[in-house]
Amino acid sequence: MTGKAWCVVAAKKVGRSTIKFTNSPIIVGTGTIVGPVEGKGPLASDFDVVLPDHAYGERSPERSETKILEQAAKIAIERAKVEKKMVDYYIAGDLLNQIVSASYSARQLAIPYLGVYGACATSAVGLTLAGMIIDGGFADYVLVASSSHYQTAERQYRYPIEVNCQHKPTAQYTVTGAGAALLASSGSGPKVTGATIGTVIDLGLKDVNDMGSAMAPAAADTLLTHFSDTGHSTRDYDLILTGDLASVGSEMLKELVKDDGVELGDNYRDCGLMLFDTKSQKVGAGGSGCACSAVVTFGHVLKEMEKGVYKRVLLIATGALMSPLCCQQGESIPGVAHAVVIEA
Amino acid sequence: MVASQKAKKQVSRLPEMTQASQEGKRRKLAYKQLVNKKKPKPRYVRNFITAFVVGGAIAVVGQFVLNFFMSRGLDLNAATAPTLAVVILIGVIATGLGIYDELGEFAGAGAAVPITGFANTIVAAAMDFKHEGWVLGMASKMFIIAGPVIVYGIISGVVVAFIKFMISP
Repeated sequence: MTGKAWCVVAAKKVGRSTIKFTNSPIIVGTGTIVGPVEGKGPLASDFDVVLPDHAYGERSPERSETKILEQAAKIAIERAKVEKKMVDYYIAGDLLNQIVSASYSARQLAIPYLGVYGACATSAVGLTLAGMIIDGGFADYVLVASSSHYQTAERQYRYPIEVNCQHKPTAQYTVTGAGAALLASSGSGPKVTGATIGTVIDLGLKDVNDMGSAMAPAAADTLLTHFSDTGHSTRDYDLILTGDLASVGSEMLKELVKDDGVELGDNYRDCGLMLFDTKSQKVGAGGSGCACSAVVTFGHVLKEMEKGVYKRVLLIATGALMSPLCCQQGESIPGVAHAVVIEA
Repeated sequence: MVASQKAKKQVSRLPEMTQASQEGKRRKLAYKQLVNKKKPKPRYVRNFITAFVVGGAIAVVGQFVLNFFMSRGLDLNAATAPTLAVVILIGVIATGLGIYDELGEFAGAGAAVPITGFANTIVAAAMDFKHEGWVLGMASKMFIIAGPVIVYGIISGVVVAFIKFMISP
């Protein structure tokens, strides 16, 4: 009952948790930077900058990640041919404690800043919030960005970089890079037409070396919620893209949604698998990290949309919301997934 | 006792909730089983072989060094310490050059168990935490992985020594 009453007030909300923008924000510029391993992957030519090493001329991995994020943001603004001072807000996030890469990059950019954390789903969190801000008439230009870095993630979540350890086949490789997109109230380019905000789902998995399986139930929940809210099905999209479920997680997602009669076929892909050649590159099950969905979507998918390959894309960015501390205390891994609809 | 009885009563008053939580438990269990069934398993046979070969090769290198020191006139006891020092140095240099983590990825326990692996954990941590300074960074964090090995190594040493002391005449 109350749900219906809410819907009357919130005119742009559909069903449980889906938003349909009326003045859909337009992606007018993007900037993507990737590290050396991603630069050897199949999508390398789609990125603005490919770094020769992880350091990027900085003395620590954290400083390097900050610089990558800042540069990606600058490229996005440049590509949109917009003055920096015209950008109303900067919404960014990353994987590090206190989202330092985002905040330190904001210190350099000097654009009013909102820091967000959605683990590896941060890109979709940013797009959703930016869409709401623009559609609500609170801004004309909002810059969205997220970053991750193999070395900073290893240091924070796992072991020192040079430690000898054998990765499990389910483990994923954190993407070094950053993706930024400038959203505007007017202009030309692909539009963000809707979003589904995900619920945190935890099916009790505790293996931090298997994030894909831990996040797959959240992706399944968001996908099914999106379909039931909008009445759409897999056929309504040219591409359904998950953020970083990688090989193990995407298999789990297919299994999970099969029970609800959703068949994920050829139009389903995963950013973590697209970014690397998982057979020849040593990346375990595939890529992960905040940058994974950001660079693949902003770098590769939007370019394909311009070419006319895809018309309607559903990005479901997935995140594992755990911390090493809580996992050591025996907590399981909560997953979240946020969906964003991008139309050419 | 009273409190737990009260809690039991409250629970029995909410049969739907317990049903829901049981349903949740079932879902979790079913998913765990699905994951265990579907996820790729480590290649155990290959891993056993590479660990055996690489671990053995590191031991052979150690043996060469030991033989060298013994051929220069040291007895077995005296030659052990310099042998360890040399093998540790090799592990340290290999870590610094970024080779040892690759070896660990390839050989697993074959690279981790020899003393070179122990040296690797200390140097790798020292290299990593150097960014946070010499005192609060490198020096305080360099035993972050080796620490437990030292602690439980000493404890088990003491326990075994005590048992030996008690049973020996």
